[in-house]
Amino acid sequence: MLSGQLVRRLVSMATRVCLSPGSAGSGTVGPVEATIRAKLEQALSPEVLELRNESSGHAVPPGSETHFRVAVVSSRFEGMNLLQRHRLIHETLSEELAGPVHALAIQARTPTQWKENSQMDTSPPCLGGNKKTR
Amino acid sequence: MSGTLRRAAAALLRWGRGSGGVGLQGTGVRAAGSGAGGGQAEQLDALVKKDKVVVFLKGTPEQPQCGFSNAVVQILRLHGVRDYAAYNVLDDPDLRQGIKDYSNWPTIPQVYLNGEFVGGCDILLQMHQNGDLVEELKKLGIRSALLDEKQDQDSK
Repeated sequence: MLSGQLVRRLVSMATRVCLSPGSAGSGTVGPVEATIRAKLEQALSPEVLELRNESSGHAVPPGSETHFRVAVVSSRFEGMNLLQRHRLIHETLSEELAGPVHALAIQARTPTQWKENSQMDTSPPCLGGNKKTR
Repeated sequence: MSGTLRRAAAALLRWGRGSGGVGLQGTGVRAAGSGAGGGQAEQLDALVKKDKVVVFLKGTPEQPQCGFSNAVVQILRLHGVRDYAAYNVLDDPDLRQGIKDYSNWPTIPQVYLNGEFVGGCDILLQMHQNGDLVEELKKLGIRSALLDEKQDQDSK
């Protein structure tokens, strides 16, 4: 019942949304990334914690730790809506968010939700600055 | 929510690797950038309640300056939401900090529906994917264009 035409239209729309693929991190773990991981582990005892430094996709110097994406799977999220889950993560990382971290994309799921969909989303490309958009 | 819509939404949100223009057209969006009146709580309170759909962006709906802000614009566009107020926080440092404090939310973009804080890009995306956004818009008397699109397809 899923119309191929509709899907094609949506996919083409997604293509227009996305100007270029996001760049992957350099692979080295910086001090901010390590702190984020430690704090989330301590606060949420996650079953899964995927953390990605996406800074290299943005108009910041190489090796920066400014833009992150995190997928947290924790039973602590049971009974919490999305806003509450995000706020809990923000609270846990309040120092980092008030300091070096400029952007934090969050996927907060319960273990059951993660079993249904364990895909980590990709961030849309940066449109700011002038280094990458030139 | 129908599986069709959910799958279609999921397809949209696998950010493709295409190239090309931003694909934005002029809409009925009120670029309310200036005149937000700084970032005082009472002013912001009035601001987020003034319109049914209010977004705080980096850049404008026509020219978002951040991928996450662009995603919010594109999701609203996909649902055919044209009548919304958009405030560009890059135009106003007081607003940029003020709205973060007011919402108790550290990042931009931020979305308000009916004066109520909904969240940022990730949450709007999730609501789009799981169908909640269609329902929330319905509560505001806004019929999502995705429903019409589905109806068109079904009737063929």
